[in-house]
Amino acid sequence: MTAQAVASRSMALAKAINESLRKALESDPKVLIMGEDVGKLGGVFRVTDGLQKDFGEDRVIDTPLAESGIVGTAIGLALRGYRPVVEIQFDGFVFPAYDQIVTQLAKMHARSLGKVKLPVVVRIPYGGGIGAVEHHSESPESLFAHVAGLKIVSPSNASDAYWMMQQAIQSDDPVIFFEPKRRYWDKAEVNREAIPDPLHKARVVREGTDLTLAAYGPMVKLCQEVAGAAEEEGRSLEVLDLRSVSPLDFDSIQASVERTGRLVVVHEAPVFFGSGAEIAARITERCFYHLEAPVLRVGGYHAPYPPARLEEEYLPNLDRVLDAVDRSLAY
Amino acid sequence: MTVESTAARKPRRSAGGKAGTTGTKSSTTGTKRTTRTAARKTSSGEPELVQLLTPEGKRIKNAEYDAYVAGVTPEEIRGLYRDMVLTRRFDAEATALQRQGELGLWASLLGQEAAQIGSGRALRDDDYVFPTYREHGVAWCRGVDPTNLLGMFRGVNNGGWDPSGNNFHLYTIVIGSQTLHATGYAMGVAKDGADSAVIAYFGDGASSQGDVAEAFTFSAVYNAPVVFFCQNNQWAISEPTEKQTRVPLYQRAQGFGFPGVRVDGNDVLACLAVTRWALERARSGEGPTLVEAYTYRMGAHTTSDDPTRYRHDDERVAWEAKDPIARLRGYLESETDTDEGFFSELEAESEALGRRVREVVRAMPDPDHFAIFENVYADGHALVDEERAQFAAYQASFADVEEGGKR
Repeated sequence: MTAQAVASRSMALAKAINESLRKALESDPKVLIMGEDVGKLGGVFRVTDGLQKDFGEDRVIDTPLAESGIVGTAIGLALRGYRPVVEIQFDGFVFPAYDQIVTQLAKMHARSLGKVKLPVVVRIPYGGGIGAVEHHSESPESLFAHVAGLKIVSPSNASDAYWMMQQAIQSDDPVIFFEPKRRYWDKAEVNREAIPDPLHKARVVREGTDLTLAAYGPMVKLCQEVAGAAEEEGRSLEVLDLRSVSPLDFDSIQASVERTGRLVVVHEAPVFFGSGAEIAARITERCFYHLEAPVLRVGGYHAPYPPARLEEEYLPNLDRVLDAVDRSLAY
Repeated sequence: MTVESTAARKPRRSAGGKAGTTGTKSSTTGTKRTTRTAARKTSSGEPELVQLLTPEGKRIKNAEYDAYVAGVTPEEIRGLYRDMVLTRRFDAEATALQRQGELGLWASLLGQEAAQIGSGRALRDDDYVFPTYREHGVAWCRGVDPTNLLGMFRGVNNGGWDPSGNNFHLYTIVIGSQTLHATGYAMGVAKDGADSAVIAYFGDGASSQGDVAEAFTFSAVYNAPVVFFCQNNQWAISEPTEKQTRVPLYQRAQGFGFPGVRVDGNDVLACLAVTRWALERARSGEGPTLVEAYTYRMGAHTTSDDPTRYRHDDERVAWEAKDPIARLRGYLESETDTDEGFFSELEAESEALGRRVREVVRAMPDPDHFAIFENVYADGHALVDEERAQFAAYQASFADVEEGGKR
């Protein structure tokens, strides 16, 4: 077996994060895993499976059931020189910790005039599509992207999940790491000896000439499917995996839009004040004369995340994105 | 109306509360302190507090805590007195500077000097302090230049000192949050196998915050070497302590499984002794302790506050009789050979400190405009760079206009 074959392996997205956490625990004794049920159980999605067994209860820490406490103590541990990676069990459970994240974690570096660094990663499985009960399917990324001092990323595939987690843990800034829970079981090739793209760089995952679809996390796969369907209708769509919500790689979006003249942004989060709004505004400013149509957005509605039996109507799907594509191309 | 709901309406500050009869200070960690007696009550029904100096400055014996100040020399007691006097002088100067428009706001510690100096002087250099925004006396003990505390109140920065320089964290304005940081830091100390301790300051108001309850839970579960030092100064802006709690605050610790003690917060010697005891517990692996320093905020909440709207002057007058500085002066004069020269020299030193603080604050420059964009991120951020450049271009556009005007 060649070294290449050992380094490169197909694995599920959840497993890729697990491998990435394992590597971080191995290579840096200051890395800690914290969260509810992350130890013996391995997390409710098994993302931390086996880590406590191999690294001990001192480094893979089952915490009391208190999110503010998890993030607040992680801040204290970071001040002591540790690099905590904390898990919030579900998207809708993060708000008890919102104060610690927004008021403390995001601002302490600036308040200390740069003396304090807080290398804390907050992992949040997010998004819907798994038929879950209330508070288990939300996409709150914009609520964090609005806060200076935080970095927000979301991988769309196993390879990015592995490498972006490595980079997030190495970052001296707090990173909110949104994991697309409905893609946890999707497999992809992960090359653990590759040279990864920079953490906050967008990537063209499909080239096209007629229109750009921009997405991140769980919606990238959908956009690729949309591009495939559109191709059958003779339309060439470019798909951009943004990967990072803060900072947003506007240069890459702009370059793509200057090629295609049209942009549709897709996310699960509500459209109103969502990341698509920021992208639309900035792209309109940056390349107004390249646009053949207004920037359109497809996302959740301004309503609470619906019961599971309705989520297919609420979430962007193939037809809804194609509909937006049609509307854009009609200009 | 049930009996319980009637009870809830009774003021509890003087009554002590029913829970006082069941409360104990005993630790559940099986230490030698498990025999510590239940919270005794005075004839007035108020829970007893640890006191080593009466308000008149008479030293009284305490079997449990005398040992923790047994080696304290008269010279060291004069040192505590000096700390309190200089802290009060600094505090008064800061209040005056706010009145003169040099500071936007000041949160005075007037009346809380003993709680802060007593606990602050119990610490070792390698211990770590997490303050609220009123711990000017603790900052003094840590060697933080007092003028550094004034930057955020003048509005030239939001912090202004390097926390690791003196193991004194930045002031925390959203109260209670820092108790979790202290707990996490203490968990790290334990992981490192160090015998340092961590102390978190907070107040009676913050005791209602969920973060404080979570900090108690986490510290107890992980047996973290942290001391929770609650200065109960009786008022959370306009709300008296009975709006925060039905039981004496120190008794909250019992429910979390660690000891809580109420100490006379205006008795510097008692605060020193009790904090030393609590720190020793932390260092020797016995976990967290809650110390409630029973004291009084003699001034307003901040310079923006008007206490006449919610409390009577006679309350302040009653507490002035228990003034921490007058109390220690009484002790020094009657029990030690401290001469008048010490007091007059200290007065001169106080005035010099006031003068220096005044001069430094007045000379404090406004920050550079571009400081807005500094240190937002440790590793940089594309949007911050972009907006900084836009801001620079905008600023530069004024320079063009000014030049044009001159021509």
